[in-house]
Amino acid sequence: MGEMLRNQPVSSQQRAWNAVSGVLDPEVPALTIEDLGVLRKIDLLTDGTVEVTITPTYTGCPAMSMFVVDIELALVKAGFDKIVVKTVLSPAWTTDWLTSTAREKLLAYGIAPPVGKASRRALFGEDEVSCPQCKSDDTVLSSEFGSTACKALYKCNKCLEPFEYFKCI
Amino acid sequence: MTDNVLYTYVVRLADDAIILSQRLSEWCGHASHIEEDVALSNIALDLIGQARILYSHAAGLEGKGRTEDDICFFRVERQYTNCLLVEQPNADFAVTITRQLFFSAFMLPFWTALKSSNDDVLSGLAAKAEKEVAYHLRHSSEWFIRLGDGTPESHSRIEAAVDDLWMYTGELFDLDEITNGLVKRGLAIDPETLRSEWNETINAVLARATISRPDECWMQIGGRSGEHTEHLGHLLSPMQYLQRSYPGETW
Repeated sequence: MGEMLRNQPVSSQQRAWNAVSGVLDPEVPALTIEDLGVLRKIDLLTDGTVEVTITPTYTGCPAMSMFVVDIELALVKAGFDKIVVKTVLSPAWTTDWLTSTAREKLLAYGIAPPVGKASRRALFGEDEVSCPQCKSDDTVLSSEFGSTACKALYKCNKCLEPFEYFKCI
Repeated sequence: MTDNVLYTYVVRLADDAIILSQRLSEWCGHASHIEEDVALSNIALDLIGQARILYSHAAGLEGKGRTEDDICFFRVERQYTNCLLVEQPNADFAVTITRQLFFSAFMLPFWTALKSSNDDVLSGLAAKAEKEVAYHLRHSSEWFIRLGDGTPESHSRIEAAVDDLWMYTGELFDLDEITNGLVKRGLAIDPETLRSEWNETINAVLARATISRPDECWMQIGGRSGEHTEHLGHLLSPMQYLQRSYPGETW
């Protein structure tokens, strides 16, 4: 960023975005809500209220109430006092929204990022998932469901490490 | 805005989700192995998420200031309108999987179709629920095939589960005045339009599991009008106990 830009006063909108976009997913703390695509937009209303719009990954995602608390806290720390967090369902969240940075962060954290584009899956199809440790493609699904709604469990046949896969939806 | 007909429809969907969720939650800590414990709990969690959105929507449609919790925890058995299939006891793992297969095979085309509902909450939820149910269907199909095409013991248990639950599948396709009126308004789905996909899925999974499809038989209905099997009350008791004893309690 150039000197000139750095000396520009930062708009309230930008300050709010900077504060909120750093909020981490409590269950996958390698990712922020911006990385995940959970943070949809931030509006500054005429009465000074900051309106944050988020969308759940899964309908039952228990992290959603944590997100709300953490967003409010981040905004309070940044000097805002009127805050509304809105949840929208549509458009439905998809792993296609994960940025390339997010995919790299997942991999570095030991979670295999989603493979390919989200589309309706065949009843008996399986994803080809590489091991985040040794990069081998010789892996096997051990369960469609993992420690959180968004992950499945895999095992690597080469290095024998079990690992989590961020499901492609 | 009060829309009693749509309220009734939305509560039926919510009741299906919460009752099946409660049933699946009973497996938490009791499944055959940790992965399966986690899988069943995850499916239950998806269903709770769907139910919460539906109950909140119903509360808004009713317009009497009730909340999702009021509708979920302060109605008795006869006011619950879930289909009979979802309230059937877990019994053994074969019954749990068969119940899940029959229900998910219906809900996947249902949510796909409901994405075009004129009701924004229903269409928004449908787009999310469709993705979740695709996983539920894969999970139950894979187990069903493994058990059906497994040992003589697992085969006979799956066969018995299919025989026990088959008579509750007809209710999924029941079209009454409530649904019919909403179909005409572009809000709901005529379940008859989902029958061929359901049949296709069930026939394919049964065939791979070496289980023969039961003959067409008399179908038990009643859940949509609050006439339940003897099992629902016993499910509601533990589910509603806390809110009945300490109304409005939160944590």
